[in-house]
Amino acid sequence: MNNAFFTNFVYIISSILFAFGLRFLGSPVTARRGNMLSALGMFLAVIATLVNGDIINFKWILIGVAIGGFFGALVAFKAAMTQMPEMIALLHGCGALASVLVDWTAYDVNGASNLTNSITLCLSIVIGGLTVTGSAIAWGKLSERIPGKPILFTGQKWFNSLLIGAIGTLSIIFILNPSHYAIFLILLGLSLLFGIFLVIPIGGADMPVVISVLNSYSGIVACTTGFVIHNTLLIVVGSLVGANGIILSIIMCKAMNRSIVNVLFGAFGNVVKKISTDEKKEAKSINVEDAFLVLENAKSVVVIPGYGMAVAQAQHAVRELSELLEKNGCDVKFAIHPVAGRMPGHMNVLLAEANIPYDQLFEMDAINPLMENVDVAIIIGANDVVNPSSRHDKSSPIYGMPIINADKAKSVFVLKRSMATGFAGIENELFYYDNCRMIFGDAKQTIQALVAEFKQAQQH
Amino acid sequence: MELIYLLFILVLSVFLGFALISRVPPLLHTPLMSEANAICGIIIVGALVSAGAQANNTLTIILGTSAVALATFNVIGGYLVTERMLKMFKKKEGSK
Repeated sequence: MNNAFFTNFVYIISSILFAFGLRFLGSPVTARRGNMLSALGMFLAVIATLVNGDIINFKWILIGVAIGGFFGALVAFKAAMTQMPEMIALLHGCGALASVLVDWTAYDVNGASNLTNSITLCLSIVIGGLTVTGSAIAWGKLSERIPGKPILFTGQKWFNSLLIGAIGTLSIIFILNPSHYAIFLILLGLSLLFGIFLVIPIGGADMPVVISVLNSYSGIVACTTGFVIHNTLLIVVGSLVGANGIILSIIMCKAMNRSIVNVLFGAFGNVVKKISTDEKKEAKSINVEDAFLVLENAKSVVVIPGYGMAVAQAQHAVRELSELLEKNGCDVKFAIHPVAGRMPGHMNVLLAEANIPYDQLFEMDAINPLMENVDVAIIIGANDVVNPSSRHDKSSPIYGMPIINADKAKSVFVLKRSMATGFAGIENELFYYDNCRMIFGDAKQTIQALVAEFKQAQQH
Repeated sequence: MELIYLLFILVLSVFLGFALISRVPPLLHTPLMSEANAICGIIIVGALVSAGAQANNTLTIILGTSAVALATFNVIGGYLVTERMLKMFKKKEGSK
């Protein structure tokens, strides 16, 4: 029995463990076990590779592992849950960069021996290169180191077409003459440049899609690198990750009722028009005392959180309010829109962090049929995802986007700083409905005031 | 022949991926993504060979060591942050 057989045998076991790890993520009850299995699979794969016999020098490996492990643990423990999207973007970028470096080493040592090799090598560095810088820009936008709004300049379309043309031409030249080291480097450089220009025109609100797409790219790169260095495990894992990114991108696009092409390339030369309504309508506001009286008599309450809630750091106050409401005999549910938050599933994590049990969290499709029987819908920091004009107003930019039917509830409270429009800059007609009341002010302070009212009432 | 056998693995894995991922509820999509980041760190097996096999070329040592560091960052960071998130998901106390 030779070494290669042993290594590949362990790789099969690792693949099985990775598959079960993902399978167990199907339920929050088994998810942690899944994560452990997956980590075990990784550990086995690393050990099998180390004892394989190809490796003769451990010094540099130890240095690399120490540096990477230290920073990995540091970031994992330090990142706040609101920062999760930027952390994920950073991990996409690092994974893709590692793949590109492995490709580069393989090219440096072995060159490209045949046509298959040069094609996969070329694909790998092009996709890898743009994933590295694309993720870096996404990370910058999400952490607000770069302005979140689309960055556009005149001639952008031409510039990008030129860049794509250059990458395409050089790819063909490289595939035909893979021995030109300079072409390899220029191709890598152009791909890195392209990643930047691919992501800068995409606005902050579309980042959930961008993150998902980059996720699938990072998987595809692992896959192509697997072809370059003939490693089956990389191909298996890369495909799993690639599939993951594709599925999440589709879900996010559906939730915004946009095509993936529109999200990724829609901003080119397309400025969102601000729609002004001619008729002067008046939104009715309500103060905290009156809101408390309504809530005290409510039998069922649905909370609809948006990213604004996380910005106001109101999650813990919301949990307190929900506990007091339940003590008061009221049924409290949380309705989560798929694009609430900055990445897929982000809002669930933010609420879980505030100790809100996950059986109280409901998906859009699960909650909508129940909305008519709900006494009060409380909207905290959400706007476009509850805008009823998406159902009937064909001129609205969000026409056709699935929303949470907050307007169907008997009364609706909207916690908001002012009447300003949301991300998309669209007027929300819900605010002018007869059953809707605005509670102006900082969401956290408003919720805390409601909590104080409840506590006072209990003492009497 | 080698190529066709690798493509075979690729196609089946893609199907497996779609089957597995579509069963993950939206509730866990963020941990799913960080888990995907962690397993994507599997590139470490390629990086280990890059860093450990050729000890005589400065360029490959730099590239390989950097690749090992980046991949380890993904593995450790990905698994730990997934674990941290999953730990927060709790059922209601006393619920059936």
